[in-house]
Amino acid sequence: MNSELQYFFELVFSGITKGSIYALIALGYTMVYGIIELINFAHGEIYMIGAFTGLIVAGLLGIFGFPLLGVLAIAVICAIIWCAAYGYTIEKVAYRPLRNAPRLSPLISAIGMSIFLQNYVQLAQTSDFLPFPQLIPDFEFLDSIAYIVSSTDVVIIVLSAVVMTALHCFIKYTNMGKAMRATAQNRKMAMLLGIDADSIISVTFVIGSALAAIGGVLIASRMGSIDAYIGFLAGMKAFTAAVLGGIGSIPGAMFGGLVLGCCENLAAGYISSDYADVFAFLILVLILTFRPSGIFGRAPVQKV
Amino acid sequence: MLRLRNVDTFYGNIQALRGICLNIEEGEIVTLIGANGAGKTTTLMTICGVIPPLSGTIRFRDKPIQHLPPNKIVRMGISQVPEGRLIFPQLTVMENLELGAYLRTDKENIGKDLDYIFSLFPILAERAKQQGGTLSGGEQQMLAISRALMGRPTLLLLDEPSLGLAPIIIRQIFDIIKKVNEDGTTVFLVEQNANQALKIAHRGYVIENGAIMLEDSAERLLKNEAVRKAYLGI
Ligand SMILES: Nc1ncnc2c1ncn2[C@@H]1O[C@H](COP(=O)(O)OP(=O)(O)O)[C@@H](O)[C@H]1O
Ligand SMILES: [Mg+2]
Repeated sequence: MNSELQYFFELVFSGITKGSIYALIALGYTMVYGIIELINFAHGEIYMIGAFTGLIVAGLLGIFGFPLLGVLAIAVICAIIWCAAYGYTIEKVAYRPLRNAPRLSPLISAIGMSIFLQNYVQLAQTSDFLPFPQLIPDFEFLDSIAYIVSSTDVVIIVLSAVVMTALHCFIKYTNMGKAMRATAQNRKMAMLLGIDADSIISVTFVIGSALAAIGGVLIASRMGSIDAYIGFLAGMKAFTAAVLGGIGSIPGAMFGGLVLGCCENLAAGYISSDYADVFAFLILVLILTFRPSGIFGRAPVQKV
Repeated sequence: MLRLRNVDTFYGNIQALRGICLNIEEGEIVTLIGANGAGKTTTLMTICGVIPPLSGTIRFRDKPIQHLPPNKIVRMGISQVPEGRLIFPQLTVMENLELGAYLRTDKENIGKDLDYIFSLFPILAERAKQQGGTLSGGEQQMLAISRALMGRPTLLLLDEPSLGLAPIIIRQIFDIIKKVNEDGTTVFLVEQNANQALKIAHRGYVIENGAIMLEDSAERLLKNEAVRKAYLGI
């Protein structure tokens, strides 16, 4: 393979890796928006808390000399549980009391929650960068493709794909998944069928937070360091991905994440790495201007 | 079976129901007729717990239900076909039907009930894989009724099922309502289309400005001078 092509594939694969993480986080934005029409600005902080949980758990387990894959698995599981608890609680204290308030109120509450969590982690942990251990092992059988995609990236891509497929099946085939879609489309009717909208909303926050937790641990392991502010940029990127795909659309969030990750990486690789973020937000501005419903977004359904 | 006593319901400070009293006995078709804005939809939403009453009691099979959340009320056997049908537009017809059975624990009987529904409305079997939003108005009404029946209700509430439908479809829908009643489901039918409703009902109530003005057998209401003037356009 010539080096031009190799460079291109390198960029694409690391773009897909980043994009998978954006997608995992974007799903939380889009699912919550789909069901209560709220942009949950605190969602990026959930991802950050996931990364911190992973760091702490990995640190503890490292002391006892666990094998790497075991550490990764336990770190991810702990982050999922911890973040799910955060997501559940945030909805209960910051959004549920405002369920019938004007739309701006929960939005402001979300921003407040985001600032609160950032500062809380900064106080409880530190405001400095912390090194994050490499939790994803290098698989030897992936050596042959290591010149275009690292073992870490393959693991992230595969894990994200598995998680998203599982989510897709859950939403499409289970009773709970159908109830979630029904509640998103018409909450009053869902209630008339005996669906408990409050618990469906809680489940939505729990799932969204769990996905962000997975993203947090995986990407922290790839980046090698974290601080209390990583949630802001990642949250904005994932939000961009959700809008790009069509906010409220689950396949849209997955697709939007991948497209954003690749575009951003190609811009960084061929223009300048300073442009990665600029490019991401340029996409946000363009989408909001020219196609606010996003790629997969449907025109608002007419309610008879 | 269902008893409302002095039910008052508010939207903020606006009082929509004023001391509503009504009874529905097992096996009946009871209709509630009234003009636009009289409080018919509010009555049904109050019964289902979506807009709980501020005061008064609602008893279903002698149990007070006025403070229960909708899911508990549905579980007791009350299903509603709401105004405007409220089909889930991006779910398939089959998924809409399955959600009608959301609370049921006797999953093994659901297949049998699907067969029953497809015998009532064969068109729904043809459309099973289509999205709900692609159905015509009449088909959506059939789906809304079927979805409610999938909950195996003992009391079926219908909010203006004839609204916006062609006369031939209306007749078909009313025939089905009658059949469903004959098959053992008690029906509470809210209508502006008083003529059709009174023809299939046993008894009727007339609601005006949130209060019950008249109560009688359907036959006598059909002959009642005031009712004929106000609701039958005669
Ligand atoms: N969401 C609401 N907020 C405020 N007032 C309402 C609301 N829904 C209905 N109303 C009022 O309550 C009264 C009864 O309405 P409704 O029960 O919908 O009447 P009907 O179904 O008989 O047409 C009307 O005066 C209507 O304006
Ligand atoms: Mg009405």
